[in-house]
Amino acid sequence: MNDHSLDGNAMAGLLGEIFPFEMTSVRALCAGCGAMEALGRESVYADAPGMVMRCLHCEAILIRAVEGGGRIWIDMRGVACLQVHGE
Amino acid sequence: MAGTAVLGRLTWQVGEVTGTRTETPRTRSLIVDLPHWPGHRAGQHVDIRLTAEDGYQAVRSYSIASPPEDSQVEVTVERLDDGEVSPYLVDEAQPGDQLEFRGPVGGYFVWDVSRGGPLFLVAGGSGIVPLMSMIRHRQARHSDIPLTLLYSVRAPQDVIYRAELDRLAPDGVTIAYTFTREQPEDWTGFARRIDRDLLREEAPPLNTRPLVYVCGPTPFVETAAGLLVELGYDAGRIYTERFGATGRER
Repeated sequence: MNDHSLDGNAMAGLLGEIFPFEMTSVRALCAGCGAMEALGRESVYADAPGMVMRCLHCEAILIRAVEGGGRIWIDMRGVACLQVHGE
Repeated sequence: MAGTAVLGRLTWQVGEVTGTRTETPRTRSLIVDLPHWPGHRAGQHVDIRLTAEDGYQAVRSYSIASPPEDSQVEVTVERLDDGEVSPYLVDEAQPGDQLEFRGPVGGYFVWDVSRGGPLFLVAGGSGIVPLMSMIRHRQARHSDIPLTLLYSVRAPQDVIYRAELDRLAPDGVTIAYTFTREQPEDWTGFARRIDRDLLREEAPPLNTRPLVYVCGPTPFVETAAGLLVELGYDAGRIYTERFGATGRER
């Protein structure tokens, strides 16, 4: 992990526009290594025009997202499964 | 996004700056009136969006410094010289300006008095901001939960909220600073980066099972949290929030 990484909080606002949950507590199963981790703890790189969330454990890309012009593009192919706590 | 609001989802809302307060040469607090703010918990964030005249937009996430009890939301921003958003917020924004906000964000790094304590807050630089929301919440509730703050900064002039921290009742509150680069004259306290001995000296006793919140640059947070676990503190009661070594701006 390099020093430019942020934590998952940095992407939680954007994800919160799409999902009606508090997203830092939602857990993701990494399609790369199989690790299950809360989104708030993953690494986020926001240097690019969009944001990239990488697995805290294997650094595989979990989510890529770009927002602009009233639209959001989100690529979640790196997430095999999301675990959401019911109310 | 506008027009697609669904219950439970976040949307952008306009807030008006009602006041500003210079905290240090590099940081300023903005007090914002947000008529549709749903409320927040101590430790949460808010995203701020700026739109340029040509339509270019930049979004960054900032920690909320005000407690849930306040009617207005306060964010404290550190200027990053190559930042797209922070120079405007620190140097330009004035009362009456309108900005866009999305939040609150975050549910992991939060505390309220019902969680109990004792509280051990460990701040590196502007990592104090979300911890200040917790401290203010504790004060607003007149809580007597024991509070220890360990605050690492480079130099005395970098201490954010200094006057307010000095005013905290000594009753149940312990504040320790470590000045890593430049110390006040006659300083007899810590003058180095956080290490095992420093944590052992300042952390509440192990047997009190403190709730620990660590916030700061990534290396600071990883070092402090790792050392606390090595010292025997319960990893399940240590909450961390890290931001890039470049600073608060995301």
